[in-house]
Amino acid sequence: MRIARQSWIVNLRAGAMALTVGALAVSVAACSSSGGTKKGKYGFQQSSQDSSSAITVWVDSTRAAATTAFKKANPNVPIKVVTYDGSANGSNSFKTKMGLYDRSGNGWPDVVFSTQNNDASWASQKTGGKQAFAAVLNQGLVPDDVLSVFAKGALDPCTVDGHVYCLRNDLAQTVLWFNKSLMDQFGYSVPSTWQEYEQLSAKIAQEHPGYLTGSVGDTWVPEVFMWASKCQANQVTGARTVKVDTTTPECERAAKLIDAGVGNGTLTKLSVFSPDFVKKFSGKVLMMPGPAWFAGAIFNSKTALNVPSGQLGVAAPLSWGDGPAVTGNVGGGTWFVSSHSHNLAAAEKFVQFVTTADDYQVELAPGYPAYASAATKWLAKQADSGYYATSLAPLQAAASQVWSGWGSPEFSQEAIWAKTMAPLVTSGKSVADNLDTWGTAIKNQAQVVGYSVS
Amino acid sequence: MTAPTLTREPQTAAVNRPGQRHRRRTNWTALAFVTPYVVMVLAFGVGPVLYALKLAFTTSGGGFAGTDNFSRVVNDFRFLPAVEHVGYFLLIWLVAMVLLVVILALVVHAVSVRWLSGVIRLAFYLPGALAGASSVLLWLFMLDPGASPVGSLLRGAGWSSFAETIAPGHLPVIFAVIAFWTGAGGWIVVMYGALNNIPTDIMEAARIDGANVVQTALHVQLPLLRKWIAYMAVLSLATGTQLFVEPTLLSQASNAVVPNDYSINQLAFQYAFDLNDVNGSAAIAVLLLVVALALSALFVARGGLFESEGP
Repeated sequence: MRIARQSWIVNLRAGAMALTVGALAVSVAACSSSGGTKKGKYGFQQSSQDSSSAITVWVDSTRAAATTAFKKANPNVPIKVVTYDGSANGSNSFKTKMGLYDRSGNGWPDVVFSTQNNDASWASQKTGGKQAFAAVLNQGLVPDDVLSVFAKGALDPCTVDGHVYCLRNDLAQTVLWFNKSLMDQFGYSVPSTWQEYEQLSAKIAQEHPGYLTGSVGDTWVPEVFMWASKCQANQVTGARTVKVDTTTPECERAAKLIDAGVGNGTLTKLSVFSPDFVKKFSGKVLMMPGPAWFAGAIFNSKTALNVPSGQLGVAAPLSWGDGPAVTGNVGGGTWFVSSHSHNLAAAEKFVQFVTTADDYQVELAPGYPAYASAATKWLAKQADSGYYATSLAPLQAAASQVWSGWGSPEFSQEAIWAKTMAPLVTSGKSVADNLDTWGTAIKNQAQVVGYSVS
Repeated sequence: MTAPTLTREPQTAAVNRPGQRHRRRTNWTALAFVTPYVVMVLAFGVGPVLYALKLAFTTSGGGFAGTDNFSRVVNDFRFLPAVEHVGYFLLIWLVAMVLLVVILALVVHAVSVRWLSGVIRLAFYLPGALAGASSVLLWLFMLDPGASPVGSLLRGAGWSSFAETIAPGHLPVIFAVIAFWTGAGGWIVVMYGALNNIPTDIMEAARIDGANVVQTALHVQLPLLRKWIAYMAVLSLATGTQLFVEPTLLSQASNAVVPNDYSINQLAFQYAFDLNDVNGSAAIAVLLLVVALALSALFVARGGLFESEGP
């Protein structure tokens, strides 16, 4: 019976392997034919349309309020809401799930919200012979006079080869947040260039050790520091081409700034969302370059720094003194319409409503609206709250200062930084000395995803 | 070495022993028990393996690919690091399992107060009762010095933040500790059952011969446990090579500082669902299967797991 017993263990081993390959078996279900499609008028093959069919909307819990607002304003449009993780924190669930629907040939939702802003890179491309998931929006589906009101550059992450594949929900332009009360008390003036910022940080390290002027403990370091420095780490030059050079002077100056700040203790290595950060630095953050959403998520949040009303100020993005200041961007959600939708009219109505209507973007939205006219009203509402110690005008100006030389490729720059550079920063190694390592990691990842790298 | 006393079915063990050595006549009850298992293994074990084999040697269009899929995944810059990560993890974890599980089982077995022994076994077993992912979630708190009940220990090791705790060099140990905590309890109970199966007359004889506790353990109990240890090693190896849940959850919790391609299985997942390359994914799965089978065969041979004793 020796052989029989061995095959028993083989079976057991094979049963365990099913964990690995079982998922594949499910994913490669029979591919049904794509059904009755006809050449549409919006620049992609449409499915047969039925204006009475309900649209399925995938949204994360934070943005669920948008669907409620839409239902209230449009009670006659049938809509089914599915809450999912918004593809956040690198889960990639949007892409993964659409890949499965591509294989089964049906089941796509009509509208999807993603917290990431690089989904257009894959959603605009055919996969496995299947039509690209994202509907083209700027060839008649969404009116031009709506598209043109979005802030300058807001639709860049949605645009591939001149086609717009998604509408931006909110912007995440980086600005310089500062504590006006503390700055006044210490007698410092707010810097306007990175050089002044670095000098002031060094001074603060001497005169008020323990106070912070920024953080490098999170994965958006490349967006806040490198992007704003015009570092050429992420120049997407085509749908599948990217240019990567992390050793240019632009990258180097930002890296040295990080090293200096970490060295003198004014840049913390803690994540701004960690309990330790709150414990150690509540009331001790003098300045912090960061995205628009830092205001609500970190400063004016009871579970984070909880800065009292009347102290938080916002200044224009810092410049490097080589031409007009540019800035980076950390996220900002996007809305996609499925090219497979059977009710494109309703899907379009929905995405237009949630990105432009005051009912949601001004009244309820937590982030800075990408739609410029909504943004103006949203800013007025924020100013009325009396929380801020300064005018919010720099925030609005920064919305159109996002440097366009940093693209939105299919791979995640944040994930690459997290994997290669974050452990180095944590262990006290120099960023400037390891720019090469960073560049190699970006190139490797880009190639794996199918980009040609130069 | 022969272990005649272990040919009886262990009473307390929660694991199936391989079938009877002598099949006398058609045993319908036994067949009824075995059939569902066989059907499941064919449907969810052997079937997917065959399917993976087919995918691994074909192109996305269905044509024969030769070894293209294999060379593609092996040349991926993420492949070797993933193999290295899983290798370190396995080394630490398997050694820890074999040593600690056996020692703990011997200790529990030596406890003669009945209620105390029961309480200890329950305590060992409890963590395993938590479902895989939720027990890892618990560890996310354990690893953050700011929130951990053993934060002072972590700080004592020089790790003052979550990011410092999960530095790349620490991960194999961390995953081994998590896996040990969630999986060892069940095995301690199994080993305890195996120890119970050693007849009292043998133990008695050892005692009369003047063997102390350590000598009895080394020269009587351990040799009789050899098959069980090999059995545990084989099954643990099967689980260990498929390291997935721990790094995946830690990856999400750390915003990808622990990469989502840390282990081989994760890389297979990335191929299937991120790159839409099921053939490459299947190639990784097949490689994993081959390596795990080879190592299992080694353990089986060295452990004498299927040695049958003469009548």
